[in-house]
Amino acid sequence: MEVREYDAQNYDVIVVGAGHAGSEAALAAARMGNETMLLTINLDMVAFMPCNPSVGGPAKGIVVREIDALGGEMAHNIDKTYIQMRMLNTGKGPAVRALRAQADKHAYHRAMKDTIEKQPHLTLRQGTADRLLMENGACVGIVANTGARYRAKSVVLAAGTASRGKIIIGELMYSSGPNNSKPSDKLSLDLMAQGLKLRRFKTGTPPRVDGTTIDYSATEEQPGDKEVNHFSYDTPDSIYLKDQISCWLTYTNPATHKIIRDNLDRAPMFSGVIEGVGPRYCPSIEDKIVRFADKDHHQLFLEPEGRDTEEWYVQGFSTSMPEEVQQKMLHSVAGLEHAQLMRPGYAIEYDVVEPYQLRPTLETKLIPNLFTAGQMNGTSGYEEAAGQGLLAGINAGLRAKGIAEPFILKRSDAYIGVMVDDLVTKGTNEPYRLLTSRAEYRLILRHDNADLRLTERGHELGLISDTRYAKFLTKKAAIENELARLNTVRIKPNEEVNAFLASKGATPLKDGVLASEFLRRPEMTYADVLRFIPAPAEPLDQRVIEQIEIQLKYAGYIKKAEERVARLKRMEAKRIPANIDYDAINGLATEAHQKLKKIQPETLAQATRISGVNPADIAILSVYIEQGRIAKVTG
Amino acid sequence: MANTTTEFDTIAAISTPPGEGAISIVRLSGEEALPVAKQIFKGCDLEKVASHTINYGHIVDPENGEVVDEVMVSVLRAPKTYTREEMVEINTHGGIVATNHVLQLLLSHGARLAEPGEFTKRAFLNGRIDLTQAESVMDLIRAKTDRAMQVAVNQLDGNLSRLIKHIRQEILDALAQVEVNIDYPEYDAVETMTTKMLLEKATTVKKQIEQLLATANQGKVLREGLATAIVGRPNVGKSSLLNYLLHEDKAIVTDVAGTTRDVIEEYVSVRDVPLKLIDTAGIRETTDKVEKIGVERSRQAITQADLVLLILDNSEALTDEDRALLTATQAKKRLIILNKTDLPVKLAATELQQSVPAENIIAISALTATGVDQLEQRIADLFWGGIDNSQSTTLVSNARQIGLLKQADQALDDVLAGIKAEMPVDLVQIDMTRCWDLLGEITGDAYQDELLNQLFSQFCLGK
Repeated sequence: MEVREYDAQNYDVIVVGAGHAGSEAALAAARMGNETMLLTINLDMVAFMPCNPSVGGPAKGIVVREIDALGGEMAHNIDKTYIQMRMLNTGKGPAVRALRAQADKHAYHRAMKDTIEKQPHLTLRQGTADRLLMENGACVGIVANTGARYRAKSVVLAAGTASRGKIIIGELMYSSGPNNSKPSDKLSLDLMAQGLKLRRFKTGTPPRVDGTTIDYSATEEQPGDKEVNHFSYDTPDSIYLKDQISCWLTYTNPATHKIIRDNLDRAPMFSGVIEGVGPRYCPSIEDKIVRFADKDHHQLFLEPEGRDTEEWYVQGFSTSMPEEVQQKMLHSVAGLEHAQLMRPGYAIEYDVVEPYQLRPTLETKLIPNLFTAGQMNGTSGYEEAAGQGLLAGINAGLRAKGIAEPFILKRSDAYIGVMVDDLVTKGTNEPYRLLTSRAEYRLILRHDNADLRLTERGHELGLISDTRYAKFLTKKAAIENELARLNTVRIKPNEEVNAFLASKGATPLKDGVLASEFLRRPEMTYADVLRFIPAPAEPLDQRVIEQIEIQLKYAGYIKKAEERVARLKRMEAKRIPANIDYDAINGLATEAHQKLKKIQPETLAQATRISGVNPADIAILSVYIEQGRIAKVTG
Repeated sequence: MANTTTEFDTIAAISTPPGEGAISIVRLSGEEALPVAKQIFKGCDLEKVASHTINYGHIVDPENGEVVDEVMVSVLRAPKTYTREEMVEINTHGGIVATNHVLQLLLSHGARLAEPGEFTKRAFLNGRIDLTQAESVMDLIRAKTDRAMQVAVNQLDGNLSRLIKHIRQEILDALAQVEVNIDYPEYDAVETMTTKMLLEKATTVKKQIEQLLATANQGKVLREGLATAIVGRPNVGKSSLLNYLLHEDKAIVTDVAGTTRDVIEEYVSVRDVPLKLIDTAGIRETTDKVEKIGVERSRQAITQADLVLLILDNSEALTDEDRALLTATQAKKRLIILNKTDLPVKLAATELQQSVPAENIIAISALTATGVDQLEQRIADLFWGGIDNSQSTTLVSNARQIGLLKQADQALDDVLAGIKAEMPVDLVQIDMTRCWDLLGEITGDAYQDELLNQLFSQFCLGK
């Protein structure tokens, strides 16, 4: 019997999917004062972590801080529910330090669901979106599987791997969302019917094993940090978790590799069963064995899935081998000889929207008022999803409020900006993961200064409270005042100073120097400087001191990066009219013509980043725009 | 990430047709035009002079203080200029070599080489040219670009391209390793790239780039001739040697007249080394008259020369004048020629041998043509300087390549400075990446995904 459609509630914003993207999108839209509905297939999977139970790491950890500075939720949520915290890359420069937490994945889900439930203007509802409601070529809502027609001023889709998801375990194959949840079979078909281009991607997850059957003595312990760190700038240091849970390190060995090689004919990756494109940076173990045949071992990290469970995640062991083979593989590994397999690893194929069809606001170019975010846009990772969700939610919220000025993050503003620009300018041929090497301004995009970069903008959007903003301004002023003071106070050479310098193996002073110059010496810390100048009126917070040290010590590099940003700024300001007709421009090279037409860059700067568009094409384009003879796009 | 050229860069180009006229103009346009020009100009303060003035001075290479040319510099402040931007026009008169050198200096001090038609494009974008001309501006850009690209490709020597690609690959290996250390800090399969390792890499690469830059001089010389001064006091045999070289070589070449200095340059080819003989007129004059200003004139020739042939009379003892010339040529690449070996020896060779290596002292008789074979061989040896002069020699020749190589070299200096200042490896790497990008601009390989491809093909990464 056919489901009967009916007119249900009207909202300002509807968000489809309550994973990491959808949760941020819905919270942001609601916090901006929009009546928002968050519709998801299963309420018990809100902000669920179907893969690794961790948040952060290089690049990703910085995204979490950016989300926090913009008033998003991920940082708060992980700070409430982590079971281990580590700062990575501490031996390296400030630009690449990164925080990573092991999450209690069930607590993480519950905490996020709780926050969403308590959020005013936000309704969390179980259901599946089957198709878009369209009027005059624009999206005006969605129709759920229950027949409910929900109308809204803007819609954010964040359906993740549920979109026509298909799980593959050896010869076993079935329709499914992540972790055996119900897939969304109709929505992506409707998107294709509306004219959006979709493609298939693939990702995978390793098996989970019973921790009571692991022999930890055969593995190496990886404990958390003693030093206090949190993701949110708002989380007080005082609540730092003392009772952290360790991870454990073990390795594959030639025996493991032999089992895999002997069973390659049963590996869907190689038997041609899997059609989706998988990520290079997240290969399955069988992929690693084939591509790096000369390596006789690979690292495996055993990660706890939570405090109240014995399930352990075997990081580095992602596989879609048949369950029988997975067991054998596991048992060949030191420490896992008797490990009981609880959930088999699997590969999952799903639909993604080709992201070049999006604007930097994550609105689709084809369908006004329709935004997409997260894994659905071809990315991988909770943090990447959350960053996009926040951005899409903000822009959907602005649209619903009738505010014309969109919220855009540039490559020099945030890692989120780097990611979105990459996606909309270049598209992606594999699940996209943020890496520090993707950011040309990484010295500016540090995890320690995300608040300085973005809090102002979060506050303007109404996502950062006045109280928090006032706190931020105090911190900012403290940094500026102390920097100014260090740039005026001098340290004179005397016996005490030079004896101290000698004890640090530094060259002695001949003439007096500014305190800032003194601190710039590689051996010196702020505390050292305070030995020779009066202490500030009020003792400074550790985070303030950190900023002062970074801003002074790396000033030369920071200045160079800022100059590059300043030069690009004017290109960013040169907008390309939305109705430009590339067919009418004489002289563009064929490749440039095709690419420009496909990507439709919004600024000249974005156009320069499209591969195949060379400086002569940019010159012609800018001359054409200046000419003002822009033909209207027909049809 | 490749360097993005933007519309707001300060651009430079030689705006007079090559090879025509004695005066060439190097043009700069953009916000930084004055600060860039100021760095290489010695004379008045260009940033302080009134707009639309012409200023006398010298272009000086700030690296070594060498005077490149005597110039007139027009300062044209926005908006009353062709492009409506700040503009500087440098009028050189030292011929194409000096003009190229001026351009190179601008390119290594903050300017970017103008794209074809870019001055005109800017003029249009800034509202200087009538709208109806827009279409033809675009045609111009396209036409010039196609031709320029062809030229650029043709100019890129196959060996040079291979060599630079090789250097880039070496840098890329290092970069990828640093990136892996950053993005996958827990993977123990990848060795940690330390600043010490980066120091080694940067030093090696720097040596290679400097060798390439050294060939830039050779490339220049191959086209322009090695500026050679024949000096010596009157009657030591300058004109005999000159005549010998000129007569011996049937391929006497051009007579570049019309330069403002009234210096006659004559070209000869010695064992495939093109020599541009400086002030041959002076040599001839001095033989005609009793010469008082001979030494002074020699000094002038010496400053312009890449190679000095200092002739001494083997049949007489050293004079004060000889000694003065020996001192004046000390810093130059020089050969000391003991002429008149057909006469009895009176010159005390020991005094010479203290300051000049034996292989650079050559005894000849210009009259009987003995010893000149040896002289020619020595000139050839000096020029090729141990570099294999077979066809495989890599030559860097154009201003764009040299400008980019110099910038790459500076980026490496920044790498070394960073390491010295104990900066962390991921910061030092920023300049290493810049070096890699600049080299990529030479070969046209500024491909953004290269690094990621390297990362994932070289290392086994992932969860």
